[in-house]
Amino acid sequence: MTKDDLLAIIADELGRIAPEVAFNSVSLDDAIQAAFDIDSMDFLNFIIALHERTGVNVPEADYARMRTIASAHAYLQERLGI
Amino acid sequence: MTDFRMPSLGADMEDGKLVEWLKHPGDALKRGDILAVVETQKGAIEIEVFEDGVLEESLIAPGAVLPVGAVMARIRGSGMSAAAPHPAPSAPVPAAMAPTPPPPAPATSMRTTPAARRLAAERAIDLSKVLGTGPGGSITREDVESLVATTAPAPSSMRQAIAAAMARSKREIPHYYLAHTIDVSAAQTWLSQQNALRAPAERLLLGALQVKATALALREFPDFNGFFDKDAFQPSADIHVGVAIAIRGGGLAAPAIHNAADLTIDDLMAKTRDLVRRVRAGRFRSSEIADPTITVTSLGDRGVESVWGVIYPPQVAIVGFGKAIEKPWIVAGEIKPRPAVTISLAGDHRVSDGHAGALFLQRIGELLSAPAAL
Repeated sequence: MTKDDLLAIIADELGRIAPEVAFNSVSLDDAIQAAFDIDSMDFLNFIIALHERTGVNVPEADYARMRTIASAHAYLQERLGI
Repeated sequence: MTDFRMPSLGADMEDGKLVEWLKHPGDALKRGDILAVVETQKGAIEIEVFEDGVLEESLIAPGAVLPVGAVMARIRGSGMSAAAPHPAPSAPVPAAMAPTPPPPAPATSMRTTPAARRLAAERAIDLSKVLGTGPGGSITREDVESLVATTAPAPSSMRQAIAAAMARSKREIPHYYLAHTIDVSAAQTWLSQQNALRAPAERLLLGALQVKATALALREFPDFNGFFDKDAFQPSADIHVGVAIAIRGGGLAAPAIHNAADLTIDDLMAKTRDLVRRVRAGRFRSSEIADPTITVTSLGDRGVESVWGVIYPPQVAIVGFGKAIEKPWIVAGEIKPRPAVTISLAGDHRVSDGHAGALFLQRIGELLSAPAAL
């Protein structure tokens, strides 16, 4: 899996949760919860989907590192070693 | 042979439009199967069958609009009735307003603020027609508002359904309101410990504990669970908790989690997650929309401190949960920071009084403070 693949998965899953928000209209440094109007249930569904598609189990203690698209992308790269 | 009729999913529903058949003539039907999708004023509803049989013939084509009670199909098998059995003799006004599909994302890659996108989605405004005046030509909420002011679209059918139900509630139900703030550190600590051991798909949220605590408390306070119909309160033996879910693009739905007091916390969480996913996608089932016996509304972690709910007629209570907020709390004579949640109740004074309401809220608080027992 490449860095671009990973970003595409993030975009795809956020798109499933918030289809009305165009991914490329959001800055990579915007807070995900505000930019995609995501509540705790949506966020959990996002984490579940990332687990299923990348194998990375993000513990609750690391949720803070998933705050923005850029930070989530960096965190997942670190966990996957890419 | 049994007639399958256009179901009534609320006192204000007059007709429904067939969107699609999900079963075809000759198909075997089992109780709970979804036979068709019907578009109502409340949105797209999946219509279930409640007994086994075989679909003999479908009598209408997609696109047809039929009044409530008109025959849609014929079913061969044991005596079969159309749609959800109704708990109240006269159909309740919709507790839930189902969604219309969310508007498509704008095709362009223009920069738009979240507030502007939300408003545009609510008002069905095409963002490509909005002139951006923000930094770098980005579209702001004010830009969308200025277009809204000039176009003034008619309110959506979902908004009309919400307005009808809420206006009836405020006209007919003498609400009283109570609030009770509790320390939820025990619940949060228990959740953190549980979730640390669980894969994401098995994790729990505070909202599931809140629904379970409310359902268990209702066993001891039946005056808050049921329907006010024909000038009398009819308590419900079943506890079906309607969970208010915000719909993307505006509006809300409050479909039921059936027999919530009897579910394990894991089952209740799984059902809630499934419900949220389907409601946001614009689909839920006729049985879920028709029969909540109480509603729980939680504003979640991006909400505010407290909520004063409007009762969905013919229900007689709505319980609200604000978001957890760190507050100074007196513990054994010392001030400590503690996460606090304000639980609120809007009750129907035709059925219950503030004293019973206060005891009900206190009981919910006690149950939430002992999460391992939920």
